[in-house]
Amino acid sequence: MSSTDAPEQASSTDEHDDHHPTPRQYVNIAVVLAVLTALEVSTYFLDFGVIAIPLLVILMVVKFLYVAGWFMHLKFDSRVFGRMMYTGLFLALGLYALAIIVILFDSATIA
Amino acid sequence: MSSSTVEKSGFSGRPKGESGIGAWLTTTDHKKIGIMYFFTVLVFFALGGAESGLIRAQLAQAEQNLLTEEIYNQVFTMHGITMVFLVVMPLSAAFFNYLIPLMIGARDVAFPRLNAFSYWVYLFGGIFLYSSFLLGGAPNGSWVGYAPLSTDAVSNMAFYAAGLNIVGVSSLAAAINFIVTILNMRAPGMTFMRMPVFIWMSLVTNFLLLFALPIIAVALFMLNADAVFGAQFFEPGTGGDPVLYQHLFWLFGHPEVYIMILPAMGIVSEILPVGARKPLFGYAAVVFAGAAIGFIGFGVWAHHMFTSAIGPVARSAFALSTMFIAVPTGIKIFNWVFTMWGGKLRFTTPMLFSIGFISMFTIGGLSGVTHAIVPHNAQQHDTYYVVAHFHYVLFGGALFGLIGGVYYWFPKVTGKLMSEKLGKVHFWTWLLGFNLTFGPMHMSGLLGQPRRTAVLPGELGGTVEIYNLLSSLGVVVLTVSALVFLFNLIASIKGGVPSGNDPWDARTLEWLTPSPTPYENFPIIPTVTHRDEFWHRKYAEDDAGKAIPVPAGAAEDHDADAEPEHIHMPDPSYWPLVQTLGFFPFGYGLVYGNFWLIGIGLAWLVIGLYGWIIEPLAEGDDDDPVDEPARPGARAGAH
Amino acid sequence: MAAGVETTTMGLDHRKLGMWTFLGSEFLFFGAFVSAYLLYLDTTAGGPGVEIFDIPFTSISSFVLLMSSLTMVLAHHAHAQGDLRRMRLWILATAGQGAVFLGGQVFEFNVFVREGLTISESPFASSFYVLTGFHGMHVFVGILLLMSVYVLSLIGKIKPTQHVKTEMIGLYWHFVDIVWVVIFTVVYLIPEIAVLE
Repeated sequence: MSSTDAPEQASSTDEHDDHHPTPRQYVNIAVVLAVLTALEVSTYFLDFGVIAIPLLVILMVVKFLYVAGWFMHLKFDSRVFGRMMYTGLFLALGLYALAIIVILFDSATIA
Repeated sequence: MSSSTVEKSGFSGRPKGESGIGAWLTTTDHKKIGIMYFFTVLVFFALGGAESGLIRAQLAQAEQNLLTEEIYNQVFTMHGITMVFLVVMPLSAAFFNYLIPLMIGARDVAFPRLNAFSYWVYLFGGIFLYSSFLLGGAPNGSWVGYAPLSTDAVSNMAFYAAGLNIVGVSSLAAAINFIVTILNMRAPGMTFMRMPVFIWMSLVTNFLLLFALPIIAVALFMLNADAVFGAQFFEPGTGGDPVLYQHLFWLFGHPEVYIMILPAMGIVSEILPVGARKPLFGYAAVVFAGAAIGFIGFGVWAHHMFTSAIGPVARSAFALSTMFIAVPTGIKIFNWVFTMWGGKLRFTTPMLFSIGFISMFTIGGLSGVTHAIVPHNAQQHDTYYVVAHFHYVLFGGALFGLIGGVYYWFPKVTGKLMSEKLGKVHFWTWLLGFNLTFGPMHMSGLLGQPRRTAVLPGELGGTVEIYNLLSSLGVVVLTVSALVFLFNLIASIKGGVPSGNDPWDARTLEWLTPSPTPYENFPIIPTVTHRDEFWHRKYAEDDAGKAIPVPAGAAEDHDADAEPEHIHMPDPSYWPLVQTLGFFPFGYGLVYGNFWLIGIGLAWLVIGLYGWIIEPLAEGDDDDPVDEPARPGARAGAH
Repeated sequence: MAAGVETTTMGLDHRKLGMWTFLGSEFLFFGAFVSAYLLYLDTTAGGPGVEIFDIPFTSISSFVLLMSSLTMVLAHHAHAQGDLRRMRLWILATAGQGAVFLGGQVFEFNVFVREGLTISESPFASSFYVLTGFHGMHVFVGILLLMSVYVLSLIGKIKPTQHVKTEMIGLYWHFVDIVWVVIFTVVYLIPEIAVLE
């Protein structure tokens, strides 16, 4: 809502514009993402043994953080935005992990 | 109000009606939307109340058959759905709408058209649910809709799944709207710890809605897919797990309990300090207790499933967390009591309802703690003891608080007082009728009367029959009481005594503006320097800590010489109403498995969205403002 | 509304804050579907299970969706510089990649149904189709939004100064992308590898 008439305040400015990455940086991030994806897919063709699943989870998290941090500007924007997203994310992880644990490991019927 | 000169381009112009029915249909004003929520709630409350009357008539005597079992099942299911989703939640939303902008010193919510959208979706969702009565029968699988009963076509639960999802869209949009409004539109100086407790409770409630609604949406989509589209989520025949539905439902369902009670707690926290002429005792404790309730509320869901397929470890853990959540609730009750302690109490109707809230909610809370004890829980499960418990919390709690809020803020909305005499008649009959209806259910439940059973079994004996008769008589008292309230409401709207701007000698910002609230809320946005800002503008403290009045107009933003500020108000719009009509074909498509209808509904929603985007804005939007007049303040005073 | 972000309490744009709030709640939405899928991995009722997945095919469509995030962010960058022509170009590229992904999903579903994995086959099938189907619907909505930005900027309804609008659509699009990053790993790759071992 407007609460001022001062013209210099009425014009919109993007408070974080100065720190936004350049297109070249965006392309670099995309190249990294492409390489990580290639590594992910390679677990299907090559036998990574026991490290395959931990590796995939780590790669997933790294890709997630790169897209959220750079493409969604979380690294450069207000922390409030990140807090909104991570509250939802961690709440989802916690609740559903708990529910799955209860269903899988503690679903004895009442004797 | 704004003397707009913008060219009318795009799909159409903006509606301009400032009076008549058109002004209500196209409004984006949070105050009008709040009022529309309120009156819609009254209609649904009458429907839900009529359903409860049918239930009590059937159960007044043992082995009665006024209703067939089929009809009885539909009636108690719709009673639950109506009261939870179409009465208590939207009544809270009515208060959110009317009060949040006023209490934080703003002129509207962050997204005014989205606000109108929320209202219309709620109304149409309610109509959609009730249309099931005409289309082959209402849902009859209870408000929890447990699978696999609910996935059977006999239960009509497709209407439940689609209807609640539509209503859920409304609540989700409103939650985003109110969260952004509270975070981002507070008046200068209104820090978090200066916000009224009602605003805090609204913030917590809307976060609960934000994070709980997607879970029920998933559960309902799965239910819908099972019931209509042949999916196998909860079909034991192919290995599906009905307990998954219970987990998803209660992951939402328990936060939902706090979604219904926290707004009432916020309202009571506003009324009590005013009625006792003392600041709220332990503001910070009340706020943190509210936030803690919201947070812990996500971690107790499985106590609804103690007699379901969860094991001993889970039962113990959830028993503990359930007992733990009573702690912040208890903190609040002590704070309310200490707020009244030593205060100059005035037993006005809102105050009576607040005190009623505290006592009835305490009873409901205590019987709730007994559910945390697992063996006890197994004994009470699916008996009328549970019915007694949650009515003490939701009726004795939430509804008492919300009705207290109606009496308290009625002068704000209308500029008139409700009759105190009738108000007191309403309160005492309401309290009597309520306890007469639900008190005996504790006993009949412990004596073994099962819930959701169409006929009261005669073998339970004469004592249970007497308890049931008392309950049914209580509904008669409640009906009379509700009619007194309705009469008081209508009579006071038509011919109430003028209230003046500040009838209660209140403490918070909404009373700073004239009553009824002017269109722009605040001619000048106030600058906040204190918690209970309005009180501090009226009173200073002498050396002994006694409140002494200060001369009017002492606050700086009452400076008569101040430059009038430019006031921008949201334009009315046709599109929220037009767009939300698309939920009808969409919903019926989901119920009947008709992809054409679903497609038409989606297309309608998308086209409505385009109308919404393209319609002209009188003053441009945030990043493309229409040029303002050269002289600052030239357009102010348009109010 | 007609004032800059400086006048809001937190100094944030309402619409961006609203979008992030919405995205926070979307995690709970997709999380529930993913949980159901994980619970039902082995509940195939004798029908096809995860071995039906065509990992090389899905890898390619996943890669296309991932790269659409790059073109999306470049579209926003161009808009922030006031370059609507270039913005429209990148928007088209993004929507095109989204369409390729969606086409891939339709093709994949068709193949699976022909191989006997219908939604009514088993809880596994139901949870797979509903999860990926809802993601596909999100992509579809994203494409609609992108094409709206394209058309509205052509007819002058979106002005060079209004890059917040592109940014909002971008946030949504990137979110849909990161959800697929999770789905690709959790729904496709890990179960497939676990089966192979």
